Amino acid sequence: MTTVTIPAIPARTRAVPPALRRPGLPGALRSELTKILSVRSTYWTLLALALVSIGWSVLYCEGTVSHSAGRAAVNAAFASLMGQVALGELVIVVLGALVITSEYSTGMIRTSLAVVPRRGVLYAAKAMAFAAVAFTVSLVTSFVDFFVGQSILASKHLSITLAQPGVLRAVLLSAAMVTVFGLLAYGTGALIRHTAGAITSILGVIFLIPLLAQALPPPWYQDLVRWLPGGRALSPIASSASSVSPNLFSAWGEFAAFSSYAVVLFALGAWIFIRHDA
Amino acid sequence: MIEARGLSKRYGDKLAVNDLSFTVRPGRVTGFLGPNGAGKTTTMRLILGLDRPTAGSVTVNGRPFAELYSAMREVGALLDAKAVHGGRSAYKHLLCLAQTNGIPRSRVDEVIGIVGLEDVAGKRSGGFSLGMSQRLGIAAALLGDPDVLMFDEPVNGLDPEGIRWIRLLMRSLAAEGRTVFVSSHLMSEMENTADHLIVIGRGELITDCPMAEFIGGATAQAVVVTTPDGRMLTDAVAAAGGTVERDETGELTVRGLSAERVGELALAHGILLHYLAPATVSLEEAFMELTADSIEYHAKTEARS
Repeated sequence: MTTVTIPAIPARTRAVPPALRRPGLPGALRSELTKILSVRSTYWTLLALALVSIGWSVLYCEGTVSHSAGRAAVNAAFASLMGQVALGELVIVVLGALVITSEYSTGMIRTSLAVVPRRGVLYAAKAMAFAAVAFTVSLVTSFVDFFVGQSILASKHLSITLAQPGVLRAVLLSAAMVTVFGLLAYGTGALIRHTAGAITSILGVIFLIPLLAQALPPPWYQDLVRWLPGGRALSPIASSASSVSPNLFSAWGEFAAFSSYAVVLFALGAWIFIRHDA
Repeated sequence: MIEARGLSKRYGDKLAVNDLSFTVRPGRVTGFLGPNGAGKTTTMRLILGLDRPTAGSVTVNGRPFAELYSAMREVGALLDAKAVHGGRSAYKHLLCLAQTNGIPRSRVDEVIGIVGLEDVAGKRSGGFSLGMSQRLGIAAALLGDPDVLMFDEPVNGLDPEGIRWIRLLMRSLAAEGRTVFVSSHLMSEMENTADHLIVIGRGELITDCPMAEFIGGATAQAVVVTTPDGRMLTDAVAAAGGTVERDETGELTVRGLSAERVGELALAHGILLHYLAPATVSLEEAFMELTADSIEYHAKTEARS
């Protein structure tokens, strides 16, 4: 019989409990929530989002009240949620891009990838943390927009309630559109890795294309408009699509068309994030 | 344990790391030396999987970095002390890192204590001095209590007190059986710290040897002599198998013989010596000599001489 003696390795007291499971998405998500909630730019951006969104809704509804040509011509849901889609989307672009580009501008990405080497996990966790924060804040803002807007419209008996068909959907979709647009910015940020570059590209490309498209011959534009992102896809925030434009898809259809841009950019960003040297 | 095998990395047309093979073993401090631009940081980035090697491979504890079970419990790295989001407090920075690998909050407080940042833990790290940032980076590396520690130029920007502290920390980490891999472009920083040296230049391995061996090679016999009988001594030294160089002041440098042997020769031949001393080549000089051919960017004045 032989005995195998294993040379004694000096025992080191472990300062950290061993990992029971391989660290993955749950830990990375907690970490990303800590990250996004521990820098001031998040709060400034979200405060700006709420202020311009609510401010624009107030102005839009006041304008609607003073120029109203009667109840039939007024789209009450649309009027109160206009600020969220027209301006809230503009602001969320900054935060969506920043959560990922700031990792590159500060060099933090090197530290982040040294603790979460699985890049897909990091990319997904960061997107989820951002989406959770963006949706929470824009949902609150959307409801504030709605109620403030309706209280203004009520002075001329133009207001509607959440119980009416399509109204709650419009409020929820306006928040979802802000979030989806933020994810588009996130993907673009991962693609470009530069804050100003990412924001400029989105504002330039996504907002300029619809403007340029208006120069097209009207029949072409009418066929194209339902596919355009950035402040033209308005049927999701109306109680019925036909009340904004006959050329658009239904609320959900338009939301899906709008989201397809975000899906493409999010996927491209993921590809670059995972494949390229950090 | 870190193992690199034929590791190469090309950025555009520049070969930053060229066919590098080495092993960094546990239980000692391994100094990773090379002039600026030699490829030290690139090598460390490759170890951490931040960059993909063009050829070859590198593993930590036998696995590619991305396949480690719990990265923070196996490897702690300080690449760039300023690679933090300056708007985040030191505590939140460490907390967000700890959360990724399920490391408890208590450990965050612990490492803050180890590096002595208790007083500023709640402050935004953007306002930190380089020395404080280095300490924060070291705290981050220690979070997972890892077996392998990697520091890229850790003493940059530290005061003498801080440098001493880092030295002691690295020595004690190695004494606990950990692998400690630390880069520097200054030999003097390694003299009292490293047990083993890996020297690279222009991305290629120059030396991989124990510190003692490097010191032995560096102080290879050279003896400085002044004498009125230079010619006689030169002949005597040559006959005994040594070489002599004479500089413009008439000072002779003897190589290949010990100071004692030169003294004996002078006595035997009746040569008067005014001065006899072993020349100590500093490690810094030895290192400079070793890497002289591989320095990427010479200063202009040097290039002319």
